Amino acid sequence: MIETRDLTRRYGDTVVVDGVSLRMPERAFVSVIGANGAGKSSVLSMISRLLPMSAGRAFVDGLDVSATPGDVLARRLGILRQEHGVTARVTIRDLVAFGRYPHSKGRLTEADRARIADALAFLDLEPLAERFLDEVSGGQRQRAYIAMVLAQDTDCILLDEPLNNLDMRHAAAMMGLLRRAVDERGRTIVAVLHDINFASCYSDQIVAMRDGKVVAVGPPEEIVTPEVLRAVYGIDVEVVTVKGYRTVFFYR
Amino acid sequence: MAPPSLRILLPAALVVLAAASLLVGVGDAGGPEILLASRVPRTLALILAGAGMAVAGVIMQLVAQNRFVEPSTAGTAESATLGMLLVTLLAPGAPVVVKMLAATASALAGTVLFLRILRAMPLRARLTVPLVGIMLGGVVGAASTFIAYRNDMLQFLGTWQAGDFSTVLRGRYELLWLAALLTLAAYAMADRITIAGLGRDAAINLGLDHRRVVAAAIAIVAMITAVTIATVGAIPFLGLVVPNLVAMVAGDNLRRSLPLVAASGAGLLLLCDVLGRVIRFPYEIPVGTMMGVVGSALFLVLLLRRDSRHA
Repeated sequence: MIETRDLTRRYGDTVVVDGVSLRMPERAFVSVIGANGAGKSSVLSMISRLLPMSAGRAFVDGLDVSATPGDVLARRLGILRQEHGVTARVTIRDLVAFGRYPHSKGRLTEADRARIADALAFLDLEPLAERFLDEVSGGQRQRAYIAMVLAQDTDCILLDEPLNNLDMRHAAAMMGLLRRAVDERGRTIVAVLHDINFASCYSDQIVAMRDGKVVAVGPPEEIVTPEVLRAVYGIDVEVVTVKGYRTVFFYR
Repeated sequence: MAPPSLRILLPAALVVLAAASLLVGVGDAGGPEILLASRVPRTLALILAGAGMAVAGVIMQLVAQNRFVEPSTAGTAESATLGMLLVTLLAPGAPVVVKMLAATASALAGTVLFLRILRAMPLRARLTVPLVGIMLGGVVGAASTFIAYRNDMLQFLGTWQAGDFSTVLRGRYELLWLAALLTLAAYAMADRITIAGLGRDAAINLGLDHRRVVAAAIAIVAMITAVTIATVGAIPFLGLVVPNLVAMVAGDNLRRSLPLVAASGAGLLLLCDVLGRVIRFPYEIPVGTMMGVVGSALFLVLLLRRDSRHA
């Protein structure tokens, strides 16, 4: 379970995250939405100890992330941020195998191998497993990284813009997979999403941020409304229900 | 995955090159005294230094997240040389081990400075990283030259700056075995270095103490560089070319690729040294010069191929 208390991040006089207190539901898909610079990624980074907090605390399964050894946390929480130009040339299978590192410390057991095979199969990567990361498309690479965090086998998974660089088809497929990871495997997934319609169609809960603060938390029915979205993004939108899902029209 | 043919070809090539290195040279090759006192030590030194510098290169590239970084493009080699110069100046009678340690400390300081500068740089384009390292090396090198000039030690400086194995004799290269030990140490932490190569975020996510891994890795690099410079002098390009070539074929998972990197490094250095010995026989071209020519040519090929693939 993920919980934050008064999480704050400052750079000099600029406050990027301002007293965020959250309690994420378990076995759920939680989307974090908000305009650029609202502090979404910073919150994820602080929960996952990639960024030290200026004030406040974050807990994963009751463990204070600033005081828990990195390898203990690595078995409970996985995070994926957008990777820019990774240098190491490793195969997809090797990358996914590194997801087992917190458990195996490099000595793969039969159980580890089974997890790796399972993660590769779940993301439909078996035919590409021996390819190097720099030899596959951006979407395939994205899937490989997701497979790595899935192989890590943590209850909580944080994803920073998992739909980045994916076209419509791959984005929809990715969201479907993540939803299955929640429904079939009981994971808790917290994802920063820019596409409000994906957030609306797939989330159990949406956290809306603006200027470093949480302005609204709730299921899509409560968040995807013209009033809340005006408060979050500062624009007027039209909300239409399509096939039972609330979708937002804001294009013109 | 390393193609199986490579696993047979590479050791075979290594054996042939080592044999050539034992046989080529001025004087009666059959004489056991020359063989034991000069040829065998020289060949061993080439293998140890070649393997060590190539391994240092690949570690540097993964840790700095840049394919164009190696000890001579990160200020490491020049800093080690400065350390050697200063300790020779201040304590001329110090044993080689002490000098080597001073060079290591200095190399470490230079590399840390390089990484600090990188971290402070707002924009890190692929090619600016080695440029910054080369500039840093240039500044440190200029300081060395100035100090050496004022103290009439330019000749010493020359021997450290240009790798040369013609003076390797029994009793004067054994420090290089340390490079072999350090290579083994790097192999022991192969997984951690590879994971560091996936980036800081990925490394922390997998539970690694990223800072500690990077610190240990650059300590290994600094020490290999210092040992090499203290015994045979700087060898340019090796740490750049070999890891890139091996990565193209076998990737960067060090658990699998490190032995290939070490063997290829030893092989390429042997080849350059043997060529340097036969081209103007009975005179020699220093291996540093040979390596500069062969290495820069290979590097150019690499650059062009790489860019065409990524275009």
